[in-house]
Amino acid sequence: MKMNLFGTTTIMALGAMSLGGLPAMAQTPIKIGFVSTFSGPQAAIGEDMRRSVELAKEHLGGKIAGRPIEIIYEDDQFKPDVGKQKSEKLVQQDKVNFVAGYIWSNVLLASLKTVTDEGDTILISSNAGPSQIAGELCNKNFFSTSWQNDQTPMAMGEYLNTKGVKSLYLMAGNYAAGKDMLAGVRRTFKGEIKGEDLTKWPDQLDFSAELAKIRAAKPDGIFIFYPGAHGVQFLTQYSQAGLKSQVPLYQVFSIDAITLPLQKELALGTLGAQEWVNDLPNEQNKRYVADFKKKHTVYPSYYGAQSYDSIMLIASAAEALKGDLTNKDKVRAEMKKANFKSLRGDFKYNTNQFPIQNFYIQEAVKDPEGMMTVKTIATAVKDGKDPYYEKCPMK
Amino acid sequence: MIAALRTPRGLVTVLVLVVLAVLPLLTQAFDQRYLLSIGTKIVIWSIAAVSLNMILGYGGMVSFGHAVFFGIGGYAVGILSAHGVSSGWIQWPVALLAATLWAALVGALSLRTRGLYFIMITLAFAQLVYYVGGGLEAYGADDGLNISRSRFPGVIDLRNKASFYWLCFVLLCGTLWFCSRFANSRFGYVIRGAKSNDLRMTALGFPVFRYRLAAFTISGAFGGLAGILLANEGAYISPAMMSWVKSGDLIVIVVLGGMGTLFGPLYGTIAFFVLEESLPPLLDLGRKGWGEYWQIVFGPMLVLIALYARGGIDSLFGRRR
Amino acid sequence: MDYLLLQMLNGVQLGLLMFLLAAGLTLTFGIMDLVNLAHGSLYMMGAYIAWTLIGWTDSFVIGAILTVPATFLLGLVVEAVVARRLYARDHLDQVLATFGLILFFNELVRVIWGPAGKSIAVPQFLNHTVEILPGMPYPAYRFAIIVVGAAVAVLLAWLVARTRVGMLIRAGASNRRMIGALGVNIELLFSLVFGLGAVFAGLAGLMAAPITSVKIGMGDDILILAFVIIVIGGIGSIKGAFIAAMVVGQIDIVGRAFLPDLLKTFMSNAAASTAAPAISQVLVYVVMAGVLVWRPTGLFGQRT
Repeated sequence: MKMNLFGTTTIMALGAMSLGGLPAMAQTPIKIGFVSTFSGPQAAIGEDMRRSVELAKEHLGGKIAGRPIEIIYEDDQFKPDVGKQKSEKLVQQDKVNFVAGYIWSNVLLASLKTVTDEGDTILISSNAGPSQIAGELCNKNFFSTSWQNDQTPMAMGEYLNTKGVKSLYLMAGNYAAGKDMLAGVRRTFKGEIKGEDLTKWPDQLDFSAELAKIRAAKPDGIFIFYPGAHGVQFLTQYSQAGLKSQVPLYQVFSIDAITLPLQKELALGTLGAQEWVNDLPNEQNKRYVADFKKKHTVYPSYYGAQSYDSIMLIASAAEALKGDLTNKDKVRAEMKKANFKSLRGDFKYNTNQFPIQNFYIQEAVKDPEGMMTVKTIATAVKDGKDPYYEKCPMK
Repeated sequence: MIAALRTPRGLVTVLVLVVLAVLPLLTQAFDQRYLLSIGTKIVIWSIAAVSLNMILGYGGMVSFGHAVFFGIGGYAVGILSAHGVSSGWIQWPVALLAATLWAALVGALSLRTRGLYFIMITLAFAQLVYYVGGGLEAYGADDGLNISRSRFPGVIDLRNKASFYWLCFVLLCGTLWFCSRFANSRFGYVIRGAKSNDLRMTALGFPVFRYRLAAFTISGAFGGLAGILLANEGAYISPAMMSWVKSGDLIVIVVLGGMGTLFGPLYGTIAFFVLEESLPPLLDLGRKGWGEYWQIVFGPMLVLIALYARGGIDSLFGRRR
Repeated sequence: MDYLLLQMLNGVQLGLLMFLLAAGLTLTFGIMDLVNLAHGSLYMMGAYIAWTLIGWTDSFVIGAILTVPATFLLGLVVEAVVARRLYARDHLDQVLATFGLILFFNELVRVIWGPAGKSIAVPQFLNHTVEILPGMPYPAYRFAIIVVGAAVAVLLAWLVARTRVGMLIRAGASNRRMIGALGVNIELLFSLVFGLGAVFAGLAGLMAAPITSVKIGMGDDILILAFVIIVIGGIGSIKGAFIAAMVVGQIDIVGRAFLPDLLKTFMSNAAASTAAPAISQVLVYVVMAGVLVWRPTGLFGQRT
């Protein structure tokens, strides 16, 4: 009986292989769910990510290890509860192999367990990097192709120390990422913090009260974290209030390829920190930026670059396993190698599966054609690790 | 039971209940886990809709803040769980008590007002709790909070989707049973009588205010139960679960299904969720991409229902005896 | 001291915007006895229509002026197609139907203008600061909102207190049946009032657009605040709506500008920043509940 069962299984397995088991697998697509914001004022970010994902797909020739790529986009509407619901749908109804995307830390935190634990599906964050997931909530099914929230402002803080900035006023949106960002800059900045405001997120777009406080506090500089549409609003009101000539602005994630077409000259000369800049001199990045610009006549942003990397990370693991994604342990092990050409240059994964990577200082400038963009002016941090990985039980 | 099958209404009701009872088996047979998730939400929302129907449908009290009980039930479970109290035997009674007390307080203050002011004051109290939820930094504020599900060791594991669904279904049946007892009791008749003419009921010597307050409080308790289940369904709480739009949805569901009927809220919830899930693909058949705009059809449907179809779905099955 | 004054000005500016929104609501509420949840949608439509018209004419002022007849027309259409049928119905029907209208308008905007939201830039001639007092710069655009808002409030007060239409409106608010019996063309009056309400809502949406953003659902939450204002002020009372809007505007600013620093003295920064706006919102509802306990029909509502 045992023998019989074994024999049957073997024959069936062999039969499946010879009768086109492999071609059958080759035909079933690799399904990737992509959660981002495609409606509302922040939809421009989601669009930039979608364009980059499509470009990655095109660069891969539409196939990974012979299997076609199918990408299902879902709109989180910028709301944690909606993002969670959409993630659930992707895992349970569409039965995707991977879920990627996530701009917002609060959306990611709400969705994480639905994907990684209840769905046992691998999640790749293309942007959000909340401290909780780097530390105590770290998960074998979670990978980041971006950064941990604290890291970028930490790089900014380091740079401001070297520049001799004596005091700062800090402002950010009051949600998971905003809190991490301010914690990050406080971690490295050695000068005085003259004041700190976390504003209602995402409802508050009127910063007049805070700007009045800044005027009274007279700091050496203002540090802000206002992604997307909020960054546009802040910069407009900051210059309308006449502060631009009095207190210089330093930012993370608030002046980029998404916001510059709206901020225009107001942003000129403003410094920021980032792990990826469009002028990083590696081959894959040159190709990405050139192809993106050719197609869409605008610069890509780090949101897009990180999304492109998410797809390439998936591709690297699936190629190494010849398209066979059934053994999740093997998939995770392959992904952990980060064996792909990242647009920021090669990086390694830390124990919590966040990248160990460089951070650069960038300045908002006009390119030779008169288009607003950012360019690298310095390296602020080399091979930076996030400050939470030791809290992560994974080794 | 057999007699019930002879009328269309009876037939549909039995059919719906049977399908709901075996739903986990169906979704497993067809490997449709997502349908079970939707089914669970339908059952939980039905409990809330039945509870709203007790005051809105039978009693004519237009409460525009019923989703607040989702929030109170959910946050009671979530806050206890965040402090390490994971036993459902403690969480659930506390949550029910919280919802009941809040309903009693809100009822006592707002049932003194009439008509429009009642609508607005119930809305105001719900908004108040909504903003308190958004202001609780320790419990995630607007970002919401992941919680662990209530534990009933040795009795039931709520992490098992099928068992959780059946638990919700049994509780829905219990709620329906209670509602039918309520509607046909002396107490229920006073509430129903006061809907059409509360002066007459007062003249007859019934303390209408106290009866209404009792009904409002009971309704709040069942709303709290739905909140407990909703928090356990997603293992997540956030102020969004008690936003005023959710309260509006609940009113829509009750009217859509048929106000003041026992099974109306159940039909209404099913119709609401089925429309939400099926209108988009249906519109997509017309032209790819139209599905995204399903509410442009759903909105005017509500207007038409309000104008011309007050009986709701229940009235499709013929006049009631 | 400067800071305090600046913040109060911001509160006045917010209050005036809220008043514009609440004025139309209180009129439709008071005169037609209509609970119009879709009033927030008219606010949103005003902003979107203004965006289009400003784009077409390439001028903020001309676009803004054209928005007035456009939103008036929109108001008339909504009145004729839906609202008119609801006047005689009970409040539940009205809530349901106008809730449906909200869904409809939100999707309509998505179909016409796309999902992404729009932004209206502050017009160039107002993109600077004015010194309202020596050494106290204030953004010119916000100052303009205060001026325009105040002008509209005065215009409305004059309209209601001194004109024949205003007389009918006041009569209608206190006794609906009577003015019908007096042989006034009540349908025309109702259309006119509804259209007027739409204009005010649209104007509020247009003026708020450059300092917030033009997006789907932008009217949903502000609508509830407008309802609170007219309930505090007393349904049908323009004066009440004005006073309540000013109070709510100041509460909001206190909550944003002063509470966080006060709370930070005994709470963590994050907790204080989260709690402060919540407390100011809760305060608004507490004021409302308090007013209703003290005067069950609001500050200036008709006693029944």
